[in-house]
Amino acid sequence: MKADRIKSNSEAVASGQYDAADKSSVGLVETQHFFYDQPFRTSSGRDLPSIELAYETYGALNSDGRNAVLVCHALSGDHHAAGYHHSDDKKPGWWNHYIGPGKAIDTDRFYVVSVNNLGGCSGSTGPSSINPSTQAPWGPDFPTLRVRDWVASQHLLMGHLGIGQWAAVIGGSLGGMQALRWALEYPALLRHCVVLASAMKLTAQNIGFNNTARTAITNDPDFHDGRYYDHQTRPKNGLAIARMIGHITYLSGDLMGERFGRELRAGSFTQGVESHLEFQVESYLRHQGDKFAASFDANTYLLMLRALDYFDLAREYGDDPVTAFREAQCKFFVASFTSDWRFSPVRSREMVDALIAAEKPVSYVEIESSLGHDSFLLPVPRYQTVFSAYMRKISEEYEMKGGE
Amino acid sequence: MRPDFLTIEQWVKPNSRILDLGCGDGALLKFLQQKKQVRSLGVEIDASNIATCIGNGIDVIEQDLDQGLANFADNSFDTVLLTQTLQAVHRPDFVLQEMLRVGKECIITFPNFGHWQARKYLLTRGKMPVSKFMPHEWYNTPNIHFCTVNDFEVLCEQRDISVLHRNFQAANYRDATASRPSAFSPIIDRWPNLFAAQAVYHVTS
Repeated sequence: MKADRIKSNSEAVASGQYDAADKSSVGLVETQHFFYDQPFRTSSGRDLPSIELAYETYGALNSDGRNAVLVCHALSGDHHAAGYHHSDDKKPGWWNHYIGPGKAIDTDRFYVVSVNNLGGCSGSTGPSSINPSTQAPWGPDFPTLRVRDWVASQHLLMGHLGIGQWAAVIGGSLGGMQALRWALEYPALLRHCVVLASAMKLTAQNIGFNNTARTAITNDPDFHDGRYYDHQTRPKNGLAIARMIGHITYLSGDLMGERFGRELRAGSFTQGVESHLEFQVESYLRHQGDKFAASFDANTYLLMLRALDYFDLAREYGDDPVTAFREAQCKFFVASFTSDWRFSPVRSREMVDALIAAEKPVSYVEIESSLGHDSFLLPVPRYQTVFSAYMRKISEEYEMKGGE
Repeated sequence: MRPDFLTIEQWVKPNSRILDLGCGDGALLKFLQQKKQVRSLGVEIDASNIATCIGNGIDVIEQDLDQGLANFADNSFDTVLLTQTLQAVHRPDFVLQEMLRVGKECIITFPNFGHWQARKYLLTRGKMPVSKFMPHEWYNTPNIHFCTVNDFEVLCEQRDISVLHRNFQAANYRDATASRPSAFSPIIDRWPNLFAAQAVYHVTS
C-alpha cells in the first residue's frame, strides 16, 4: 500500500517508538542546560549579555576524557540527536540511526555531546528568548549569527564539560560546516573532523532556494517584521511553504517519483466528473510543512538559513581553501551522496582536493543513494559500514593511547 | 605478502609522500607505513576495498582512475604507485602520463603476458590463457590491457620515460618466496619477456 510506505518514509528520520528492550538505543535521555553568565561577543560585533545552551550527552566520558565527540546539527535540527525524552515519544532524536550502542557513533565507546545551536528554538538562547534589556522576545533584534559563533559557543560548553580535546567533531550539511570551522578555529582541540553531505560554501542556486524560503516567511502577513510574538501569532503559512521548498530540494527527483509518482490522494480524472483533485505529493508536503511550522520558530529558521548562506570556509584565508586547510591539524573523513543535488558530490570533492593539496590526511567516499541530501540522516548500508569503520578506528586510537 | 611489495619497499624513501593508485585493501600502504614511515594516500574505486582501508586506518579517496588525476597537482607526491592495475584501466598510457605528472617518481608492477606459460597456453590450446596467476576468462576479466615486458619497454621509449630500476619476478606473485634470488634469477633477468611472471618498474619522466 503506497500510502503506508509514504508515511513510513516521511517519518524515516525516526526509527520508531520507544522500546525499553532495544539494546541499540540510548534509551531515555534528558536535556541539560549550560548557562554562560558573561557577554558573548558575536561575529557581527554585538554582545549577547549571557547565553544558555541546551544539550544532551550519550555514553560516558572516559577518565582520560579522550572519547568525547561533538555532534553538530543541521538547519532544522536540535540537541535531541538520539534516544527518547519520554517513554511515550513517537520518535527518537534526529540521528538515532547513527548514535547508540553498536552504531556508527557507538555510545559504548564514545561520549557524545549534542548541542542546540545558539539562535535555536529548542532551549538555547535565540530570537524567541527574552531580551533582558527589553523584557520582551528578541525577535528580529537578535544578532545575526555565523557558523563561527556556534563553534565559539560549543567551545565554551566544551570547557564547561571538562573536555580537553574532541576525538571527533561530526556533522552533516550545515553541521559539516561547523565541523570544518572547528578544524580551522581550534585546530589543536580535535583529532578528527567528519564532514557529511556538506560544502565549503553554498552555490548561488542554494542561496536562491534559501532566499525563496525566507521570502515565504517574511511575506506572511502574520510575520509582522519578525515581531509576531507581540501579536500572539506565528507566520505558520510562510514557514510551512519555506519548509516545503526545503524538503523538495533535500529529496531527489527519482525518490519523489518512486514514492509518490502521480498518484492521487483525492478525486479522479474521470471525464464528465468534476472533483477536487489532490496528488499524494501535495498532501505529503503540506503535512511536512504544517508539522514543521507548528513546532519551529520562524526567526530561528531565518537565522539558520542566513548562517548557511554566509558560511565560506576560506573567506578569511584569501579565498583559498588550501591555505585555509593548512591551519588544520586533524584527520578528515568526508562523505557525499550521489543523488544529493543541494550539497552535491562535486562540493565534497572540492573540499577533498583542497585537503590533499594542503597535505592533510583525508578519506573520501561517494555513497550511491537515491535518498538525496537527507541520505546522511537515513540508513544507507554502505554509508553505515564506512562511517562505522572510520569511527571504530578513532576509538581504537584512544583505546590504545589509554592503555599505554 | 606479494613479492613486489619487497621490491617497492627498497625503492621508496623513508618519510616520503606516497600515492597508491588502485590501492586495493591498503595492504601495500600499511606495509610501507610500517617499514618506511611514509605519508600515504590511496585511490580506490571498489566499495569493500575502501571500507577495509578505512578500517585499517589507511587514508583513501574514492575515485575512478580512468577519469584522470586532474585533482592532483604536479609533482605533489614523491612516489606514485600503480601495482597490478595498469592492465585494468581503459587508457594505460593516459594513466601513466598522469602518474608521471603527479609523482616525482613512479613504480609500476604488471603481469607479463609474454611469459612462456601464457605463450604455450595460447600456442597449444589456441585459447586465451587462464591460470592461477591470471584466473579470469577473457569475457569477465578486469584485465583489459595485458602487455608484455617488451611492450612496456617500447612505451617507455616512445614517451621518453626514464627507467630507474627494473625487477623481474618468477611464477606466482602471491608467494613471497618467489622473489628470493634463485638459480633461475639470472635466466629471468636475461630473458624477462619470456620468463618473468611479473615486472616491477621504477620510472620517472
